[in-house]
Amino acid sequence: MTLRQQSSPHTRSARSTSRVMLWVILATLPGLAVQTVFFGWGNLINVIWCVALAIVAEAAVLKLRQRPLAFCLSDNTAAVTGLLLGLALPPLTPWWVSLVAVFAAIVMAKQLYGGLGSNPFNPAMVGYALVLVSFPVAMTTTWAAPAGLWHSAPGFTETLGLILHGQHSVIDAYTMATPLDVYKHDIGSLIAEEVRQHPTFGEGVAKGWEWVNAAFLAGGIGLIALRIITWHIPASVLAALGIMSLAFGSNEDLHAPLTLHLLAGATMLGAFFIATDPVSAATSPLGKLIYGAGIGVLLYVIRTWGSYPDAVAFAVLLMNFAVPFIDHYTPPRTYGHRKARRGIATKASG
Amino acid sequence: MRKLWDFSGGIHPPEHKHQSTTRPIQPAGLPDILILPLQQHIGSPAETQVAAGDRVLKGDCLAGAIGTMGVPVHAPTSGTIESVSKHPVPHPSGMVDWCITLKPDGEDCWGERLPLINYTRHERTAVLGRIRDAGVVGLGGAGFPTNIKLRPPRRDKVDTLILNGAECEPYITADDMLMREHAADVVSGLNIMAWLLQPERCVIGVEDNKPEAIAALQAAAKDTLIDVVVIPTKYPSGGEKQLIQILTGLEVPHNGIPADIGVMCQNVGTAVAVCRAVVHGEPLISRITSVTGEAVSNPGNYAVRLGTPVRYLLDQAGVDAQRLERLVLGGPMMGYTLQSTDIPIVKTTNCIIAAARGELPEPPPEQPCIRCGACAEACPMALLPQQLFWYSKAQEFEKAEHQNLFDCIECGACSYVCPSSIPLVQYYRFAKGEIRTQRAEHLKADRARVRFEARQARLEREQAEKEARRQERARAAAESQLQKKQAAQSAPSDDRAARAVAVQQALARKSEQVKAKFPAATVDGSETPDLQVLEQQRDQAREKLATMKTMLADARTADADNVDKLERAVTKNIERVKRAEDAVKAAQPPATDTTEQP
Repeated sequence: MTLRQQSSPHTRSARSTSRVMLWVILATLPGLAVQTVFFGWGNLINVIWCVALAIVAEAAVLKLRQRPLAFCLSDNTAAVTGLLLGLALPPLTPWWVSLVAVFAAIVMAKQLYGGLGSNPFNPAMVGYALVLVSFPVAMTTTWAAPAGLWHSAPGFTETLGLILHGQHSVIDAYTMATPLDVYKHDIGSLIAEEVRQHPTFGEGVAKGWEWVNAAFLAGGIGLIALRIITWHIPASVLAALGIMSLAFGSNEDLHAPLTLHLLAGATMLGAFFIATDPVSAATSPLGKLIYGAGIGVLLYVIRTWGSYPDAVAFAVLLMNFAVPFIDHYTPPRTYGHRKARRGIATKASG
Repeated sequence: MRKLWDFSGGIHPPEHKHQSTTRPIQPAGLPDILILPLQQHIGSPAETQVAAGDRVLKGDCLAGAIGTMGVPVHAPTSGTIESVSKHPVPHPSGMVDWCITLKPDGEDCWGERLPLINYTRHERTAVLGRIRDAGVVGLGGAGFPTNIKLRPPRRDKVDTLILNGAECEPYITADDMLMREHAADVVSGLNIMAWLLQPERCVIGVEDNKPEAIAALQAAAKDTLIDVVVIPTKYPSGGEKQLIQILTGLEVPHNGIPADIGVMCQNVGTAVAVCRAVVHGEPLISRITSVTGEAVSNPGNYAVRLGTPVRYLLDQAGVDAQRLERLVLGGPMMGYTLQSTDIPIVKTTNCIIAAARGELPEPPPEQPCIRCGACAEACPMALLPQQLFWYSKAQEFEKAEHQNLFDCIECGACSYVCPSSIPLVQYYRFAKGEIRTQRAEHLKADRARVRFEARQARLEREQAEKEARRQERARAAAESQLQKKQAAQSAPSDDRAARAVAVQQALARKSEQVKAKFPAATVDGSETPDLQVLEQQRDQAREKLATMKTMLADARTADADNVDKLERAVTKNIERVKRAEDAVKAAQPPATDTTEQP
């Protein structure tokens, strides 16, 4: 009889990283579905393409790094990065732009830093930001127009064709500037009512976008309910964005209104799925609140006074820089201590 | 309803408690052999008072307490001492330690019992002494000597005495069954402790998953001031610090003890042991231990004599050796795996889990930490386990300490929830061990440095003293030289003195002449021995020469081999005699030369 030796504890919960990531993937599906309904097959094709690329890129680097392939890939984190990129990129993004983005995300931002858990920056957002600044034309002219605004809705094969070898003249027929973009550019010369005449806004806040954001919001709340993520980061992102909007943009004739900030662009996707990437986010509850608030503020600042209509990637990346600092100054107060031990270890405090 | 507080974090692992609560506590029976470790508590090991072959009665003291932290060990039954030797003891490392081996005679015959039935009529120190002499230690797990704990520092008045009946770890039901079946003893033991401490209130904290125990305690405590408080089930509510927080809202200060905030926590099993020690005069020789897990067919709680081998107890519970995969001593959260079944049940053994294959499965391989923070949410001490993990793994111990590594109670909640199945507690144990080793080495190095510096200072001091003495001598010499010189200079100017010197010199010359003429008459003490020695040497040399010459003559007549050798010896001796004679001659005239020098 040989008795197995092990250090305590001898039991553990069933939750695993791969299952956590699987839940994240599942929680994005409503959003993906609504995106597909309103913006065509583009996002779905992007998601499949990016996920496949991400897994291949991850596998290649793992092979180079001589890591156990099946074991490392089974954590599903590469798939999540690919998925988030596929959701974030414009529906008619050329295939090679997605490829560059995925390569930057997986190889550069993630694996070159040491792989899962060691990346200081959100990989998907590194990929996104890189292609956004490198290929501005491809990235800003490929947003499919919401359903009902197409001259003739492109089918699956047609969309695939556009992504594979799309010419601008052809793609232009299917695309339209995003509501945030339109509002930002037109509000300088028009009043709110006139800006809203643009078909991209539709009847509600932002045609299609409002439902996409609602779907991501629902998925995000699901993740909180399942205790996959905590409420701190999404709540503080949205709260900070709201406070900024109310403080600086209450006049609709000057700045985009709060509803547009919340329900257009990648707000909900960013708040619930991107900012909450645990690896690159702050860890303690207070740290998470500060981190989220920073993202919310930057989101508003860049959208309003910067040169980009949306800014989830930049806001998240900028706050990623601040994470070690935030973590050092927001530890919880340990039981039995009068106050939390802030800052970094020094000889005196050790 | 009493107000309760919550502690941060905590988890809800599957309880697995029902298996071992279906049947009442059963006696485990009398094994062939009892192995009693001399150290079953925190503190100095007991000192053996028996030798192999001694016959002892049940309850006899086998090993006495040493020092303030010592507690004795008693015979759990009557029998014969077989040996006092090293034997594997319950320890995560599987180490061996000194144990007394007792062979039971089957009579189970009690020795003398000394109850203090009306204990309130005695001195408190007498009751505390009784508790100590009965070998009572904390039965909750740590094994801290109870009599020491019941003597808190004078400055700390205990306002709240808490009896810990939370038993939050999965599988373990020893305290649960004890409270169900011996509620009266629990209350009685608590009353004794309350009499010793005079607290303002007494509380028994029990998790709400033990309704039978709660009912039994409430019935037993009906006409007393004892408060039976039902607390929510959440691991680790039975941790001392957590239970105190739940019941009082207070936190035990960092590096402090509960008495610092006027609280004391005792285990329910300890209360029963105190009751038996004081009221019945019975030392701590048995305890309730849960034997559970899927590999035993009769899981349940057993009244076990201390020293009973685990193997025997498992057999009583019907262990299936084929299915047994892992043996855990204690609970699944904080217990440790056993390497053999030969080790004995000791005072702190509350549970044995005989886990079948797949019951406590091996964790999947460790994945990288994704900083999800699930561990921080689970930590009952409000630490940041993921940061501690990074620092421990990177061996950045200073940072780990800064993050309060030593506040970790190793409850295992973080490891339990970690989705990357990182053995976090293992990392913390490693870091703590390394830091302790480093501290010890620092201390050693500091001592060595102090010693070295002291030695260096002493050497320098001695050197300085030597130098001072040397300078003092040099100064004195210079002074005397100066005086001489001054005397020499002043002499010619003084006619009288010059004349006196001249007279003395003339006298000296005269005496020299006398000496030269009559050497035998010399009276100078210092020269006589020298001359005598030389003369003696000369005489000896002459004698030796004579002997040699005779030996040579004999050798020649005998025509021996050593003729050549003897010839050389004779020549040498002739030279020696000549030298000696010269020396004597030379010694005589110069001797007269030197003696009279001023």
